[in-house]
Amino acid sequence: MSNAAPRTLYQKIWDAHVVEARDDGTCLIYIDRHLVHEVTSPQAFEALRVSGRKVRRPDLTLAVPDHNLPTTARRDAAGNRIPIADPESAQQLAALERNAPEFGVRLIGDADREQGIVHVVGPEQGFSLPGATIVCGDSHTACHGGLGALAFGIGTSEVEHVLATQTLLLKRSKAMEVRVEGTLVPGVSAKDVVLHITGVLGASGGTGYVIEYTGSVIRDLSIEGRLTVSNMAIEHGARAGLIAPDEKTFAYVQGRPFAPKGEDWDKALAWWKSLATDPGAQYDKVVVIDAADIAPSVTWGTSPEDVLPITGLVPAPESFADASKQDAARKSLHYMGLQPGQRLDSVEIQNVFIGSCTNSRIEDMRAAAAVLKGRKKADNVRWAIVVPGSGLVKEQAEAEGLDKVFLEAGFEWREPGCSACLGMNPDKVPAGERCASTSNRNFVGRQGPGARTHLVSPAMAAAAAVTGRLTDVRELV
Amino acid sequence: MEPVNQIEGRAYPFGQKNVDTDVIIPAHWLKTITREGLGRGAFESIRKDPDNLFDSAEFSGSPILVAGDNFGCGSSREHAAWALLDLGVKAVIAPSFSDIFSGNAFKNGILTVVLPQAAVDRLVEVARTDPIHIDLENQTVTTPFQDRFSFEIDPFRKHCLLNGLDEVGLTMARDAQIAAFEGTVREERPFLANGVLAAA
Repeated sequence: MSNAAPRTLYQKIWDAHVVEARDDGTCLIYIDRHLVHEVTSPQAFEALRVSGRKVRRPDLTLAVPDHNLPTTARRDAAGNRIPIADPESAQQLAALERNAPEFGVRLIGDADREQGIVHVVGPEQGFSLPGATIVCGDSHTACHGGLGALAFGIGTSEVEHVLATQTLLLKRSKAMEVRVEGTLVPGVSAKDVVLHITGVLGASGGTGYVIEYTGSVIRDLSIEGRLTVSNMAIEHGARAGLIAPDEKTFAYVQGRPFAPKGEDWDKALAWWKSLATDPGAQYDKVVVIDAADIAPSVTWGTSPEDVLPITGLVPAPESFADASKQDAARKSLHYMGLQPGQRLDSVEIQNVFIGSCTNSRIEDMRAAAAVLKGRKKADNVRWAIVVPGSGLVKEQAEAEGLDKVFLEAGFEWREPGCSACLGMNPDKVPAGERCASTSNRNFVGRQGPGARTHLVSPAMAAAAAVTGRLTDVRELV
Repeated sequence: MEPVNQIEGRAYPFGQKNVDTDVIIPAHWLKTITREGLGRGAFESIRKDPDNLFDSAEFSGSPILVAGDNFGCGSSREHAAWALLDLGVKAVIAPSFSDIFSGNAFKNGILTVVLPQAAVDRLVEVARTDPIHIDLENQTVTTPFQDRFSFEIDPFRKHCLLNGLDEVGLTMARDAQIAAFEGTVREERPFLANGVLAAA
């Protein structure tokens, strides 16, 4: 499609995927890649079965179990499967293992070395590509936007729709630019950047928008850091996050198992290079953030927007302008067991979780291990686990000796999966206890009923483990 | 799907903002492989309070929920819509909804009505004592006190809701157009057309 008017990255990807446009603005959008996991797909496959429908493009679909899988050993010494204790979890996994072959969908199973969290596996396998439309029945699908893919979470009815038709009926979202300019101070990571953005925009600030993250800070991030930022686009309400693909992106994608090869690669590269937002293209909204304002960050409440620098104090509910936020803050502080005015770096923690689709890639492992090397977790930290995002991340970390750093520091070194990011598998935080967590949501009950979550970066989680309280990582480096 | 048009009855005067789908249905309820029976888990943490709205004799079974800003944020779980449906909720009124939740609600025949905060505040007040009436055809919310609020709705969604249409079936009828698009992609962007089976 040729179009003289300058366009944003979002609009270019959108335009390249319109099968049909209706007068009312609804478009039938083609979906290039569909990731499927065990939680949001059983009802979709069941609906296909009931109506005698097929998966239109099994070759564009990839199934990976992650949410329910225990992160303890999956095979015994003789190579036999260790049964999953929870019968309902076992049933969901069994459903995926039955549905994938029945519908001709490729499955990366629980014992495959490539298995992991779908949002780690997709980019790692070269399944997720720049410029592609990518969906999954999971809101953190926005993650793949870090490669410059238009990627977003969908519900189970939409999973069924994509399985049956390889399309979705969508209206174009508005486009927002979040530009982060300047240089990050030492100790500040991609996670702090996205927590800060969420604090600035609020949990619903991005609703109705696809956000393109731009600026020198975003350009300077590694691909893994960009995946972390885009991963949490949904936490400020955005439909999707996007980061323009560049030479770093191309180098990351090249040579991965499902990535284009030969002549296809050359064509892909030419197209990808044309995707960056044109000079003069208009966004519906622009938010500019100064990197100097971003400190190592931590959440104090039960919405990801409740973010403060680690050097801050727990806010008083009265300090918020609007009445409903005051009310929400009161409820949050009650749930979190915090007092207004309390120093955030005085808050004791009992649990540390390093993992999740936000922060379980190799650079996250390295960042945490760098803080933990030669140190031990504090005595009051009862439970500390590291859950690599995939079997390949785990292998790489072990090759670098990072597993030993974690084990010597008193952490457990687990098998890949969603783990303690959400209370669906045995990894849970007990009621009333706190967790310094590298995951993406601090919702009430997210890590287990009554669990109190403080979202932080991998380095900050490691620092909290060492001191036994929320800690400014800059004190330890 | 059942057609939706007039929804009338008591409404939960809920009003909370940023209610996420983990609150609507906690993760441990997501292990089901069917769509039924999730009403029991709906708002589980709120319903631990014996005086909660959802189990009160007066409001239990209400077809309408009046909620605060950013309702249904967070996880994409469609179980949130199934849980509300199983609870008997046919419509949710709020100042705004998360994009994913409103899509999921629509696909299950739940009407999401966006009204300004002031109108929602008024409806919370009315709902405490009196019923609310939603007219999808005419796009209005009315009360016994002559309140009358008009709302916007996507025409396609309205059409589907009024007629109980199945979106998958509608799109499958566009097979020729989808196939033609796939042909173009194979020519112009073969690297996107070749998926996992080709690479394997």
